[in-house]
Amino acid sequence: MKPGSNASIRRLLRNEALPTPFCPGCGHGILLGAILRAIDESPWPLERYLFVSGIGCAGWIPSPHIAADTLHVTHGRALAFATGARLVNPELKVVVIGGDGDLASIGGNHLIHAARRNLEMTVICANNETYGMTGGQVTPTTPVGARTATTPQGNTERPFDLCRLVEAAGATYVARYSVWHTRLLIRSLRRALAHPGFAFIEVLSPCPTQAGRRNRQGSPADMLRALRTQCVPLTRARQMRPEELVGKMVIGELVGGE
Amino acid sequence: MARLGTQRRVANMSATPEIISLSSVLPPGPAFLQGDEACAEGAIAAGCTFYAGYPITPASEIMEHICRRFAELPGRVFIQMEDEIASIGSCIGASWAGALAMTATSGPGFTLMLENLGYALITETPLVIVDVQRAGPSTGQATRPAQGDVMQARFGAHGDYELIALAPWSVQEMYSETIRAFSLAERFRVPVILLADEAVGHLRESLMIEPTVRVYRRRRLGGRPPFGDAEVPPMPAFGQGEKLLVTGSTHDAWGFRRTSSASAQATLVERLVRKVQAHEDEICRTVAYHCEEGPLDVLLIAYGFTARSALRAVAMARGRGRRVGLLRLATLWPFPSREVARHTAGARRVIVAEMNRGQVLREVQRIVPAAEGYQRTDGEIIEPDELLAVIEERERR
Repeated sequence: MKPGSNASIRRLLRNEALPTPFCPGCGHGILLGAILRAIDESPWPLERYLFVSGIGCAGWIPSPHIAADTLHVTHGRALAFATGARLVNPELKVVVIGGDGDLASIGGNHLIHAARRNLEMTVICANNETYGMTGGQVTPTTPVGARTATTPQGNTERPFDLCRLVEAAGATYVARYSVWHTRLLIRSLRRALAHPGFAFIEVLSPCPTQAGRRNRQGSPADMLRALRTQCVPLTRARQMRPEELVGKMVIGELVGGE
Repeated sequence: MARLGTQRRVANMSATPEIISLSSVLPPGPAFLQGDEACAEGAIAAGCTFYAGYPITPASEIMEHICRRFAELPGRVFIQMEDEIASIGSCIGASWAGALAMTATSGPGFTLMLENLGYALITETPLVIVDVQRAGPSTGQATRPAQGDVMQARFGAHGDYELIALAPWSVQEMYSETIRAFSLAERFRVPVILLADEAVGHLRESLMIEPTVRVYRRRRLGGRPPFGDAEVPPMPAFGQGEKLLVTGSTHDAWGFRRTSSASAQATLVERLVRKVQAHEDEICRTVAYHCEEGPLDVLLIAYGFTARSALRAVAMARGRGRRVGLLRLATLWPFPSREVARHTAGARRVIVAEMNRGQVLREVQRIVPAAEGYQRTDGEIIEPDELLAVIEERERR
C-alpha cells in the first residue's frame, strides 16, 4: 500500500470514532488528513507517536480519531503535558495540536516557554480565527474589523502574528500554510516531524459556521478560494512592498526551512 | 552525608506482587535534615523519577534539593516550569509516560494547580502534590505557617470526587509520609496531597533512614480497559502500543469521550468516589496518645505542626493530674471518621486545635456536634502553654 494514500491513512484512524464531529465545510478534516499523510510517510511507526491536545474544535482533531496514544487535556495546557511526557520518554514522537484560542490565548504563556526551551516536538496550530466550539467569540488571531459573538461592531484589537511570536521566543522551525495548500502543508509537516527541536506550523483553517456566516464570507468553497488569494508565498512576499502585504498572510517555511 | 548511591530493588518480602522493596538512597541510620529536604529525600527514596516545580516560599527548598540530588542520580528528570499550572500539567504527562511524578508548592501555587488537579482526578493519574501551607488568603504572609488549605485540598477542584491528603508533623514524617504518598497514589490511581505547613517544612531535626522502602507499584494493563471494569484499573503508559485514549472529558472504560451519556457520568463519578471511600481504613492513619488509659476529661485533636504543641500540652496537663489525651490525624482526607468516632466516644470534652478558622473542627462536629475549637490565624504557631491554658480555662467553666 502506497504510504500517504487514502487506503493507507485509513488504517491510522479508529473506525469507531468516525465520522468526525466537525461541521460541514470545516478545514480541520483536511488538516487531519494532511497530518495522517505526513505521519504515514514518516520513518516512525504510529506506536511511537503521542498526540496531545487541549480544548476546542482543534483538540478533537487527534482525539479520539488517530489510532495512537492520545492525551486530551485541559484548555491551553497541552504543551505543559507534552513537555512532561517527552522528557520522561525521549523515544516518543510528540505532536501537539490546538486551536488559536487554546494555544495562543489561554495557553499563550506555555507556547512561548515551550518555544524557548526548544524541546523536540511538533506543534500544529489550527488557526480558524475564532472560538468555534463555544459559539464564535473573538480570539487573539481574529483580524481587525471582523465581527464575532463578542465583537458585534467589529474587532478593534490587533491580532498576534503567531509565527513571529514563536520565532522571537526561540522556535527553530516555523512555517505557515493553509488547508488550501495541502501538498506544501504535508511536506512541511514531514520536515517538522523530523526536526530535532521545537517545530511550529500555523495552519489557516476556515470556520464557515461561526466566522464565515457572521462576516458574509460565502460558502465553504468560497472561504477556501479566499485562502488561495490571501496567502502569499514567502519568496514572492520578499519582492512586495509593505502596503501590498496588508491583509495578506505570508506562507512558507519562515524559520529553519530548506 | 554520603550523597551517592543508586537505588536497587531488594528481595520481595511481600505476598502482594504490587508491593516492592527498594533500598534507601540515603545511607541507613540517623540523619539531620530540614523538613523540606526530608520531603525531597522521601520522594527520591520512593522512586520519584520526575519533578516539575515553580519557586514559592516556603516550598522552594524541596525543588532546590531535588534539583541537586536528581543531577547525581541516574534516570531522574527535573524541570523548572513557567508556572504552577504547567508544573502539575507536566507531572501528569510524565506520569502517563511511566514516571512517578511530584510537584511542590504553597497555597497560592496550589490554587493554580486546582484546574489540572481535577484533570488528574478524572483521568486517575497517580501523582504527589506537596502543599507547604502558609498564611493566606492570597499572597498573605509567605514565611508564616498556617493550615488554611485543608478545605482547598478537599473541595478546590470542581465536580465530585475523593482524594487523599496527608498531614506530616515532623521531619521524620516529611520523609516517610512522602513515601507513603507515592505508594497511595499508585495503589489508588489518585493524586495524593501532602499538606505540610511552613513550620514543619522549615523545621530542622533528626530523623531515621530505614534501610528499605516498601512501596506499591503500578501494574501493566494486560489488555484490560484503563478506566473501568476494576475498582482501581491498572495504570498503563504511553509508548507501549496500547493506543491509549486519555481525556478530561467524561469517558467510558476505554477512554472514549461520552459527553452526553448520563450513565457514563454516573458510573465514572461513582467509581472515583467509591475507590477511595471504601478504603478509609487502609488509607487513614491516626495516632492516639494517652487515649487508652480510661475515660478522658479532654481529648485534643490536632494535625501537622499543631499536634506537636498539643502533645506537649497533654503531657503538661497530665502532670497536673488532668485526664487529657491527643488524637493526631496523620491523614486528613478521606476524613478518618471511624477513628475520630471511636476516640471521641469516651471523652467528656473534645477540642480541635488548628491554624485556621475551624476547617477540621467542622468535620469533627459532624461526628461530635459539641466539639469545641481553638484556632489561631495570626501567622504564629499555637504554643503548648497556650493550649494548656485553653484546657484549664474551659474545664473551669
